[in-house]
Amino acid sequence: MKELVNTLSDPKYSFTGVIIGFYLFMKYYRTIGTVKFFISSMIIILGVFIWMMQDPNFHAIIVWPDNVPIVILLFAVIFFTWFSIYKAAINDARIEGGETPVEGSVENREKVWTWPNLVYTELMAGTLCVVILVIWSIFLKAPLEEPANPTWAPNPAKAPWYFLGLQEMLVYFDPWMAGVVLPGLIIVGLIAIPYIDTNPKGNGYYTMAERKVAMGGFLFGWLALWVYLIIIGTFLRGPNWTFYGPFEVWDFHKVVAEANVNLSEFFWIKGLGISMPSNIFLREIVGLIVTTGYYVGLTLLCNRSQLGSSLMKSLGKIRYYLLILLLLTMGLLPVKMYLRWLFNLKYLVAMPEFEFNL
Amino acid sequence: MAKKQSLAQYVANTQVWKSIFRHGPPNNARNRAAVIAGNVFLHLHPIKLKRSGVQLGYTWCMGGLTFFVFLSLTVTGVLLMFYYRPTAEYAFNDIIALREHVPLGIMRELHRWGAHLMVITVWLHMFRVFMTGSYKPPREFNWGVGVVLLVLTLLLSFTGYLLPWDQLAIWAIAVGSNMAKATPFLGHGGPGANLAQIGDFVMVSDKNDVRYQLLGGRFVGEPALLRFYILHCVFIPLVVGLLIAVHFWRVRKDGGISAPL
Repeated sequence: MKELVNTLSDPKYSFTGVIIGFYLFMKYYRTIGTVKFFISSMIIILGVFIWMMQDPNFHAIIVWPDNVPIVILLFAVIFFTWFSIYKAAINDARIEGGETPVEGSVENREKVWTWPNLVYTELMAGTLCVVILVIWSIFLKAPLEEPANPTWAPNPAKAPWYFLGLQEMLVYFDPWMAGVVLPGLIIVGLIAIPYIDTNPKGNGYYTMAERKVAMGGFLFGWLALWVYLIIIGTFLRGPNWTFYGPFEVWDFHKVVAEANVNLSEFFWIKGLGISMPSNIFLREIVGLIVTTGYYVGLTLLCNRSQLGSSLMKSLGKIRYYLLILLLLTMGLLPVKMYLRWLFNLKYLVAMPEFEFNL
Repeated sequence: MAKKQSLAQYVANTQVWKSIFRHGPPNNARNRAAVIAGNVFLHLHPIKLKRSGVQLGYTWCMGGLTFFVFLSLTVTGVLLMFYYRPTAEYAFNDIIALREHVPLGIMRELHRWGAHLMVITVWLHMFRVFMTGSYKPPREFNWGVGVVLLVLTLLLSFTGYLLPWDQLAIWAIAVGSNMAKATPFLGHGGPGANLAQIGDFVMVSDKNDVRYQLLGGRFVGEPALLRFYILHCVFIPLVVGLLIAVHFWRVRKDGGISAPL
């Protein structure tokens, strides 16, 4: 049983599971957004979590002080995702029945006094927050390791937990992509959201049905990529950034046979059976074509699809192409992940001469 | 003889009390307005707001909590600064002393767990704002300010991570700052950096690239500690404070907490 869990946690299986789960989540959100579903799935999740905590290896990594916030984050994300879907499902049913969303009901549009209504809530929330922080601080000491020693690096050396998603991307991309370009595009993309999403519906209330495309894009990036990769990077990556299942001992000698091959080597050496040309651009021609094809070809395909053409109409060209560009760049990550798992592909385009590896 | 007053009534009638609170108890419309409008902190709020905006189920209070945790971090951070010297010689020992010699010492814990909590609350705040579509017009600009504040929160936490000067700290920062070395054109290991050459003269090298500017050196050493200390304790908090003011102002000017149009 534990063996099975270890195997299935491997990103190639668990990420596939996450994608399927995400699809089901978007499709059956009304069933998921019920109290009954929440309680029954919480019982299962907590049961599994408690069972997993019995294992000394899993227990050790969970109770490591700096990992505690990630466990809190994980449960908070599960709860709040469910909660917003729960509210969205109620509102969607109301809107279908011709009513306003709950937030827009006559009673809720009524103005109330800030004192005491809001001030009281804020006071209670702040007090509760202090109580939680003090209890947390009394029972859990902040970690402190050996004094800094620039000559001896711990293995694994991990960034702070909120950057572990980025560090996990280093498995699939070079640092200029994982550490600079993609994070930069996340920031740009987030700021661009209100300027791309012109859908006037769903402003100021929970809903899913009225803005499914926006929801799908954002939630996929936030849950299936950002949060998921942090979990993998924190709990399942051990020495040498090798994958370790939740019940596996972090054995420094675990050897992973991994010979990753560049696309150019696939093409020239394995495919055509000749040596690689010396001209860099000729050598990488396939990768360049594939990458260009990924952007151009998929854009053209999108243009022709029903969703694409209706989006083009409602958004206008600039917004539409910006959206496609951002989504395709986000999509590079899962694409590269699967290429690695299926073909041991290292780089699509490998130009170490310019430090340009993709 | 005058009717006997209760102590509370007596206090409320003293000149001192009246000089501080310029209105009666907030149990009628006039005084409820006055208590909000007359207090510099409370007047960040409107005097009245839609019922949907005060419901915990709608806002989760995450934005407010983020601000509250930021304030607690400022207070605990100032207290920690009394005991901490940002030099390679003293930093680690000061942290040890903080743990072993300061009575009831949970200040560092409050600060560290508070920092983690702030990252979580700020993410959940953004999540809530997205799920309620609250970034939509007229709040587009404020969403952008919020994204910048989110990034600054992460940078605050990241710069603070170095200060204990233990193995965990310097290697986490080493991993993080090594990414800067790969910045296209600006880092010496990034794509395009070696294109900027004049003859034998390399324009972007490990002695002048972005990582060098960030760390004040080629590795995480004492200059990096001082830089991160100043960024963490002075520069980023000032910028965050400024942007929080803009953020709150715009929440009010853009129509308060979002609600159906």
